Amino acid sequence: MTAHEWPLWEVFVRSRRGLSHTHAGSLHAPDAQMALRNARDLYTRRSEGVSIWVVPSTAVTASSPDEKDSFFEPAGDKPYRHPTFYEIPDGVKHL
Amino acid sequence: MTATPTPEQTTATAALVLGDDALVLSHRLGEWAGHAPVLEEEVALANIALDLLGQARVLLSLAGDEDELAYLREERAFRNLQLVEQPNGDFAHTIARQLYFSTYQKLLYGQLAAADGELAGLAAKAVKEVAYHQDHAEQWTLRLGDGTEESHRRMQHACEALWRFTAEMFQPVDGVDIDWQETEQTWLASVTSVLRQATLTVPEGPRNGAWAAGAGRQGLHTEPFGRMLAEMQHLHRSHPGATW
Repeated sequence: MTAHEWPLWEVFVRSRRGLSHTHAGSLHAPDAQMALRNARDLYTRRSEGVSIWVVPSTAVTASSPDEKDSFFEPAGDKPYRHPTFYEIPDGVKHL
Repeated sequence: MTATPTPEQTTATAALVLGDDALVLSHRLGEWAGHAPVLEEEVALANIALDLLGQARVLLSLAGDEDELAYLREERAFRNLQLVEQPNGDFAHTIARQLYFSTYQKLLYGQLAAADGELAGLAAKAVKEVAYHQDHAEQWTLRLGDGTEESHRRMQHACEALWRFTAEMFQPVDGVDIDWQETEQTWLASVTSVLRQATLTVPEGPRNGAWAAGAGRQGLHTEPFGRMLAEMQHLHRSHPGATW
């Protein structure tokens, strides 16, 4: 068995009342269908009404830690870049 | 003169028969713990074993005391199918056994859940679990059958080796009021379709008759079963009456 035959998959799970998929962990599986089934066993205990995404780890491109500063520096001295001056209307729930 | 059994008695008989199937197969799958090909498959097999043990506990409780029934009966008093007591063999054997049995259970529980019998509640819960087991077995049958030359050969061999135990599943069970012949036809169609898709040949050997096995329902079991029971019951028999 080589890593090529059983590649790594990243698992994202949305719980029954959850709003978004959250990264739950990773696992090895021969293909996407098996990855889904394994994820169901490993990360959801088969609770009903959840949604699972599996993505081959090789398909994920991550930001580089070396570029952290230039990438994420929030330009805090330029408040006009941040939409913090708006009143949130009452009807908006999921903000 | 034999008295006609009451509905409670026939339910208890049916529960014992179905409970024994689940208990014995659960024990066989438990033997895989720590030995499965990959960690993820280990979890899947343990999951299925736990589902089956859960079904066994509910069913055996309907028939009597679950621990007494599991640990203090002799081999001849067990009513499970000979199919489920067959040793695990290689992974293909385990998968073939799962495919044959979970397809059967899915059809059986589906009908029990739809009917208005005593077992409908349990069946409604179990049918969801069993659908998962069937899917798992089907996925692996496809992968092994349509995998490498070796996995194809092994899967084909496993399907043939266990084929003679499959007719026994459709011997009518007292207290389970379904059309057994029709169930068998549906089972055959379902298994045939999976095997064909997996590029496997449907075994041609007899499923019943002189060369086939199948008296588990009457308490006649194959040789490996005695050894399995000895291991399963050892502790309880060494310390009878203990609580844990």
